[in-house]
Amino acid sequence: MSLEVRAHDQPVPADPGAAVSIRGTAFIVGAYEHPGRVLPDISAAQIHVEAAIGALSDAGLQLSDVDGYFCSGDAPGGVMAMADHLGLDVNHLDSLDVGGSTYVAEVSHAAQAIAAGKCTVALITMGGRPRSGARRTAPSTGPAYPFEAPYGHSNPASYALAARRHMYEFGTTSAHLAEVKAAAAFHAQHNPHAFLQKAVTVEEVLESPLIADPLHRLDCCVITDGGGALVVVSPEIAADLPRRAVKVLGAAETIKHTNVGDVDLTYTGAVRTGPRAFEEAGVTHADIDYVSIYDSFTITVVMTLEDLGFCAKGDGGRFVSDGTLRFDGALPFNTDGGSLCNNHPANRGGMTRTIEAVRQLRGEATPAVQIRDCEVALVHGTGGWLGTRMGSATLILGQEDA
Amino acid sequence: MTGAEVERSFPAVAFAAEPGIDPYWEAASEGRLVLPRCAEDGVFIWPPRPFCPRHMTSEVGWTEVAGEGAIYSYTVVHRGEGAFGASSPYAVAYVEIDEGPRILTNLMTPQGQPVTDVEIGMRVVARFVPQEDGASPVLRFVPVS
Repeated sequence: MSLEVRAHDQPVPADPGAAVSIRGTAFIVGAYEHPGRVLPDISAAQIHVEAAIGALSDAGLQLSDVDGYFCSGDAPGGVMAMADHLGLDVNHLDSLDVGGSTYVAEVSHAAQAIAAGKCTVALITMGGRPRSGARRTAPSTGPAYPFEAPYGHSNPASYALAARRHMYEFGTTSAHLAEVKAAAAFHAQHNPHAFLQKAVTVEEVLESPLIADPLHRLDCCVITDGGGALVVVSPEIAADLPRRAVKVLGAAETIKHTNVGDVDLTYTGAVRTGPRAFEEAGVTHADIDYVSIYDSFTITVVMTLEDLGFCAKGDGGRFVSDGTLRFDGALPFNTDGGSLCNNHPANRGGMTRTIEAVRQLRGEATPAVQIRDCEVALVHGTGGWLGTRMGSATLILGQEDA
Repeated sequence: MTGAEVERSFPAVAFAAEPGIDPYWEAASEGRLVLPRCAEDGVFIWPPRPFCPRHMTSEVGWTEVAGEGAIYSYTVVHRGEGAFGASSPYAVAYVEIDEGPRILTNLMTPQGQPVTDVEIGMRVVARFVPQEDGASPVLRFVPVS
C-alpha cells in the first residue's frame, strides 16, 4: 500500500442524490488493549487514561491532537469528566451506551463524524474493574424494570432463555455451544495476556456446573478488569502517519427488543445490521477472512453467525462444529481468545473484539493465530440481553488499501 | 408439582410502580391481570404502557385477561445473583398467554415456591404474589395440573 494510492481514496463525493456511505471515510490508526486482567490498585479512570495514551502512541499522535471524543457508560463521571481528566479540546462528542456493542458502533459514529467534517482525530476509550471493584448492574430506572427485576433475570438467565428456545426450534445442543468455547480456548493458549490460557474440550464445558440451564459455567464469558482504546482519523491524517491503517468499510447498528410483547428469542439484531453493513462495505461473506464476534456467551456467537448470514438460520450449532472457528478453520473467530477466555473489561466485549480485528488486518496478531492474507474482517457486538433488548452493531474493516 | 422445595422462596424486589398504568396495579392488587389493548387493532401490549407504539395512540383499553398460557422458553437458574442466590434453583420463563403477549416471569407452586420442573409448551396460569410492606404485587405463573 502506497500513500499515492491512498491519496486518491477519498470519501464518496457529496452528491445529494447519491447514497451516502462511510466506506473509506475514516481509518483506524491506533489500537491499544490494556494488558491488565486483575487491576486492584488503579482506578477505572486511570485505565481509560492508559488506554487513551496507548492507542494514541500506537498511532503516533498526542492527546492534544484529539478533536473528537467517544466513550460510554463505563467512563467514570461520564463524558464531561473524562474529557476534562484527559485534558481534551474537542469539537465532537458521543457517549452512546448500547452495552458491549457500544464501541463497535462508535467506530462507525467516528467515521460518520469525520466524513461530515465534525472532527479529524477521534478517540474512543473504555475500561472498568468488574473483577476488582463493583460490577455494573442493570439500570433500575427503565420502564420495564418492574416487569423484569422481580424475576431474577440475570445476564446468564437472559442468554439461557434464547439458548433454550434455539435448542427447541433448531435442535442445537449443548455440545454445539461448547464448540465455541473450545475454539476460543484453543486461541487463548497463544495469548500471554489472556485471563484463561488453557485449552478446553467440549466435554469439559459440558461437565462444568450449570449456571442457567442450558448454559454451563464455561459457556459464560470471563469477568475481568481492563480496557482499551481506538483512534479513528481522516484519510488525510492517516496518510501522514507511519503505522499501518485499517480502513472502515461499512457498519450498521440497531436495537432489537421485546417488540411490545411479541418478543422472538430466536434471532438477534444482527439480522438487520449484517445486510446493511455488507452492502455499505461492498463485500460478501466470501470476502471475510476473520470475524471478531462479541462472545458474551457461547449462544451469542451461534446466533450472531446465523443472523449475519454465515450459515442458514438454525444451522449455527452445526456450523461451529469441527473446528470452523479456529484460526485454521473456514471462519476464524476471536483469535485473542475472546470474552470467553481473554478478557471482558467493564462487562463489555466490543472494544477488545474490535482491537483483535485491527491486529489481524495489520498482520500483528500473535503469530500462532495470525490469519494469512487477512484483508477483510467483520466485527459484531451484542450489548445487553438476548432475552429482552440488545444493542447490535456490525463493523466491516479492511486493510488500508481494501 | 415436583422440583419445588418448601424452604425456598423468591426474594422481595423493590421497584417503583411506573405511573400511568394504574389500572394494571389496581387490578394486580386484587389478583386480576388487566392489560392495555390497542384500540386500533385490539393487540395486547406488554409490558404495560399507556399507549400503543405501533399506532402512536394513547387510545388503549384496559382489559382483563384469563392469564392462561404456555411456556415459550425457560431457564433453570442454578446460580442466582444477589438476593436470588438463596432462591436457586428457580425458573425464569417467558409465558405466552393465550391473549398474545409473551411475559417474563417465574414459575411457582400455588404456595409461592420455585418450580423447576419445566418444559416448553407446558400450560400455566397467572397468579399475583403480594409483597411485604404493601409493595406492588408480582405476577408469577403456576403450572396447570
